Amino acid sequence: MSGHHTLGARDLTLGYGAAPIVEELSLTVPRGKVTTIVGANACGKSTLLRGLARLLRPAAGQVLLDGRSIHDLPTRQVARVMGLLPQSPVAPDGLTVVDLVGRGRSPHQGWFRQWSAADETAVATALEATGTLDLAHRTVDELSGGQRQRVWIAMALAQETDVLLLDEPTTFLDVAHQVDVLDLLADLNQRRGTTVVAVLHDLNLAARYSDHMVALLAGRVVAAGPPRAVVTEATVGDVFGMRCTVIDDPVAGTPLVIPLGRKQAGPAASRAVAAGARA
Amino acid sequence: MSVLLDRPAALVRSVHRARRRRVRRTVAALTVAVLAMFLVDVLLGTYTVTMPDFLRILGGTEIPGASFIVMENKLPRAVVGLLAGAAFGVSGAVCQTLLRNPLASPDVIGVTSGASAAAVLGIVVLGVRGQGVSWLALAGGLLVALTLHVMARGGGASCHRLVLVGIGCAALLQAVTSYLLTRSDIRTASEVMVWLNGSLNDSTWERAAHLLLATGLLLPVAAHLAHGLRGLELGDDAAAGLGVPVARVRLGLLLLAVALAAVATAATGPVAFVAFLSGPIARRLLGGAVSLPAAGLVGALVVLAAELVAANLVPGAVLPVGVVTGALGAPFLLWLLVTGSRVGRGG
Ligand SMILES: Nc1ncnc2c1ncn2[C@@H]1O[C@H](COP(=O)(O)OP(=O)(O)OP(=O)(O)O)[C@@H](O)[C@H]1O
Ligand SMILES: [Mg+2]
Repeated sequence: MSGHHTLGARDLTLGYGAAPIVEELSLTVPRGKVTTIVGANACGKSTLLRGLARLLRPAAGQVLLDGRSIHDLPTRQVARVMGLLPQSPVAPDGLTVVDLVGRGRSPHQGWFRQWSAADETAVATALEATGTLDLAHRTVDELSGGQRQRVWIAMALAQETDVLLLDEPTTFLDVAHQVDVLDLLADLNQRRGTTVVAVLHDLNLAARYSDHMVALLAGRVVAAGPPRAVVTEATVGDVFGMRCTVIDDPVAGTPLVIPLGRKQAGPAASRAVAAGARA
Repeated sequence: MSVLLDRPAALVRSVHRARRRRVRRTVAALTVAVLAMFLVDVLLGTYTVTMPDFLRILGGTEIPGASFIVMENKLPRAVVGLLAGAAFGVSGAVCQTLLRNPLASPDVIGVTSGASAAAVLGIVVLGVRGQGVSWLALAGGLLVALTLHVMARGGGASCHRLVLVGIGCAALLQAVTSYLLTRSDIRTASEVMVWLNGSLNDSTWERAAHLLLATGLLLPVAAHLAHGLRGLELGDDAAAGLGVPVARVRLGLLLLAVALAAVATAATGPVAFVAFLSGPIARRLLGGAVSLPAAGLVGALVVLAAELVAANLVPGAVLPVGVVTGALGAPFLLWLLVTGSRVGRGG
């Protein structure tokens, strides 16, 4: 349980039909670190994550878990090593929070190994970690969007995997809960050595919480490395087609992106930035 | 609840146990209800048999009149009703859960109509009898399922489209069945009437035995795949993340649901709306996630209860049971169509 598993992709091509979405992508996910994938809408982040979680069969190339092609491994065995929080999961009506989070335990159960005390502890720990213990007996369909998101994260946590893939775990969350979730992931990473791979839209939070970042543009990696190497004016300009300036986060010291919209893009903005940089 | 907040594992245990208890109690209550309704069907009616007499008959004692009615008519009817109801119920719940749409049950989307159209075609045109009819029904059901799969694929993940195409298929196939009936001579026509509405009137021990064999093979498969179904309820991605081999389990469940619907149809004809009603009723009773045993029991209960009504509503005549279930199911179908906002949120 302490970061023994490695995940990566080699010349991976993924798509849903004829046109590939992710093309000849190679990637090494640093073991026991937090990696975030950033990029514009529809650039293929979810597709890549689904590919890594062997939800899509590659058109070419391979996803490697511990050096072996993930499609050659039994699905249940993979599920004990790698958990996934999809971008838009659905819960059937009337399912209680404990039931849902409890399903995270299913890779550890089988015909002869049913619900046990270990499952109870894992579910309880996951609920506590996500601050959803007081929702335990509620049904998922009557929760708010943010509560629901945290319950789904709890399900992924209850799976107790060494590698955790999360697709936009902070959508629907207010700013405090966004930071809570990222703190939670950082904590998990530090205490258990869990390898975390998350798709995030907030570049500043991504830069603050990641050890490693991957920027995607149209299904290809345009930059990968520590946040300071990825979150640059040039890369953000390429990836999002947006002018910006990057300063130091006064709290964390990580890069902080200040967008320059069309309105602020004039000389006044440049002057303000220059003044800020001098101060 | 709140007193347990400082003991999280105990809280989880209490919620989990409460849920399990409810499922166990509901399934137990349904089992009792099914058995009671089974006995009522066998014992009551225009010819009432007392419980002691019934036990004596089962023990092999010959009671003039009663023995024949019980052994050759009422008992096989009730057995076929019970098994077919359970098969319809499980089939419906599987389809509705898999396609995440309460409208997507095999009797609404034309699988049972396909099975009966194929059976009638076999009887009227090809002169097939006996077990061959069941195989034809199975083939007809599978063919409709395959057609739906191909036709709905263009619409991406939209189950709505599949349901609409399916409703169209059902109407078309019912027209085919009706047409074949008008083409057949009077003796065959009365024989195939059952394929129009669904009825227990022609139930024989032979039919009951076939059905017992088929459900005895298929229901354990359902129990085996139920685990995967619980994963798929959360969406394909989440299911795969939990280690469910999605494509394989999905295909297996669809084939299973079609096979169950088809073998039940082969025995009783397309008893309307049993598959459609069972899942939602079971869900309502359990207050939550799908339970295949509960859905199967509800299906059996619906058929047996409808049979009681059908046998006793009009004095001197036995209505086809499908007429009664049809009358029950139609308002629910309308209600679902009208309150369309809930469509697509799972059966
Ligand atoms: N199931 C699917 N079938 C066909 N095409 C798909 C499917 N899912 C995604 N796509 C297409 O693949 C492309 C990439 O989608 P993807 O979901 O990977 O984007 P993303 O980077 O996660 O975007 P977002 O930030 O909006 O979540 C899009 O053009 C999308 O239309
Ligand atoms: Mg996405």
